[in-house]
Amino acid sequence: MKFFNFHLMPYAHADLKAIAEHGSAWVTYSNSHYDAEKGAELYHDYLDQMEFADQLGFDGVCLNEHHQTAYGLMPAPGVIAGALSRSVKRAKIAILGRALPLVNNPLTIAEEYAMLDNITQGRMIAGFVRGIGAEYHSSGVNPAESQERFAEAHDLIVRAWTEPGPFVYSGKHYQFRYVNTWPRPYQTPHPPIWIPSQGSASTIRWAAKMRYTYAQTLSPIAAVARFFQLYRDEAAKAGYEASADQLAWSNTIYVGETDKKAIKEAKPHLEALVNYFLKMPTEMLLPPGYTDTASMKRVRAVKVTGKSQTLEELMASGVVIVGGPETVREKLAEYQDLAGFNTSLTKTQFGTLPNEMARANMTAIAEEIIPAFRDREPRPASRQAAE
Amino acid sequence: MAADFSTSAVTVGGCRIRLMRGGSGEPLLYLHGASGANWLPFLQTLTRNFDVIAPEHPGFGESDTPPWLDNIHDLAYFYLDLFDALQLSGVNLVGNSLGGWIAAEIAVRSTQRLASLTLAGSAGLYVPGVTQVDSYLITEEQRLNAFFYDQSKAKEMIARVLHPDMEDTALKNRQTAAKLSWQPRSHDPHLAKWLHRIDVPTLLIWGDTDRLFPKEHAKAWQAAIPGAKLVTIPKCGHVPQIEQPDAFVAALEEFIGARRQRRKTA
Repeated sequence: MKFFNFHLMPYAHADLKAIAEHGSAWVTYSNSHYDAEKGAELYHDYLDQMEFADQLGFDGVCLNEHHQTAYGLMPAPGVIAGALSRSVKRAKIAILGRALPLVNNPLTIAEEYAMLDNITQGRMIAGFVRGIGAEYHSSGVNPAESQERFAEAHDLIVRAWTEPGPFVYSGKHYQFRYVNTWPRPYQTPHPPIWIPSQGSASTIRWAAKMRYTYAQTLSPIAAVARFFQLYRDEAAKAGYEASADQLAWSNTIYVGETDKKAIKEAKPHLEALVNYFLKMPTEMLLPPGYTDTASMKRVRAVKVTGKSQTLEELMASGVVIVGGPETVREKLAEYQDLAGFNTSLTKTQFGTLPNEMARANMTAIAEEIIPAFRDREPRPASRQAAE
Repeated sequence: MAADFSTSAVTVGGCRIRLMRGGSGEPLLYLHGASGANWLPFLQTLTRNFDVIAPEHPGFGESDTPPWLDNIHDLAYFYLDLFDALQLSGVNLVGNSLGGWIAAEIAVRSTQRLASLTLAGSAGLYVPGVTQVDSYLITEEQRLNAFFYDQSKAKEMIARVLHPDMEDTALKNRQTAAKLSWQPRSHDPHLAKWLHRIDVPTLLIWGDTDRLFPKEHAKAWQAAIPGAKLVTIPKCGHVPQIEQPDAFVAALEEFIGARRQRRKTA
């Protein structure tokens, strides 16, 4: 299995009480709550952590893009990737991803990724997302156009990377008289494309058809297993057998000395992530048109966005793995076999977790967990038994 | 008063919509707001004097969602085609909120088939410095409550629009409303340039306490449309035709009656 160190770069000094009173850390939670001196320090801590991940032997580092929120301080992940592109010497750099529909010129993303691919001499992984619903409030982009804009921007970027320029592009949402992006990507034909999603069936179907690596975000492991099975089924329909390397599970792992200690240490910081940083009202998460009516009804019915969850509940449903080294190894092996993935996108820092604890966690994962999984593949036999 | 209208399906340019119609007299065509189409009591009252025509917009309720529907201009052209298809002339065009915006977009394009224009709590313009409720960052119940001055009157509309049986319709209506009004939020920055083209008598009916499009919006419309008359209804919010139907109908009938009178004497 491959391990990526996934960072959200949360504003860890956030006043959780103020977020709770406001109802969410997104879109309308005032930036007057941001202290630049503390924030600048966090950026350096987080960049150091990513460089440390490279030194510890993680296979890659992961960044992502969110806007107008204390949840993550990475509205422009290319800036962070640029800062890491020379100091991370060996690991891949994955941006998971840029939110294509939010920009009016997708060629800027083609250029940014191509630059990073050149500077890292081919260690770049290009993630494409639509952005979550909140992003449509903060960017003003019409959520009803999200899927069309994503499809068009994707096609344009891939063509810009693969077809000799200049050429004309005339779509419904984007039009260019000259498409001729410099530089071209370092990798041939282009950096690997990864598609993170919350589990949209149409996205999974499309990713499988395109043979793009599919990354499942924060979900209970039983749901992850179903989504990955859908990917394998769709791949089979498209005429090939999906490899476990095409499936990545985005998780949170915390390794302590013992189960008890790990839970005690991780609890406030993980619960801060889930119950404060991540929380938002349904109308913010799912603006009209962002997703189809059936998905909208499903989400409204379960009222997912309002629930608070304890660390113990998150562990029980297999959203996170927290424990002593032995427990974490057991759980991860069980989940790998159940869901059939070969990449773990692991948040080692989460919520309010302080720098020293995050670094200790990274060290423990690198020493106690990664070596046991280095050559481990998912065992489909036990997956079938579980089904 | 018993409801007295028929419902039919009308197809224009391949797009099938639901159309409610009742009464007789001069045609009065009502364009509904983002919450959807209904044969409301004020429409029933208007059937005493008018041939009341209430279409359900493309993309709403039982009407088709055509592939060409991207923005408010598409609906304006659709309705110009509908007027042609139904061979309407001398239409008293009335719209509330989103429907008012569509009515204004129709009128700047052509008033050939119009006798008058009435906008109530209309979307369509941006007025600097005026605080508006963002109906996309509140729950649907909060949104409907914000429509009313008298919160007790919101209950009926909430029960009707948010009835569990209506969930699919409500979601479809919200999705189309967002498509039309998300960005720029509920206005067309190019509309004000052309409002001077409206050359039919125009009435603005505004709730004194409209929180979605406060009365400064009425003033902006009045300043831009030549000769537009403004009637403000006290203790009334965003949907005067629902919250104060008697005052709404009285203002509308007086306006249309006076115009008719003027035409006779001329």
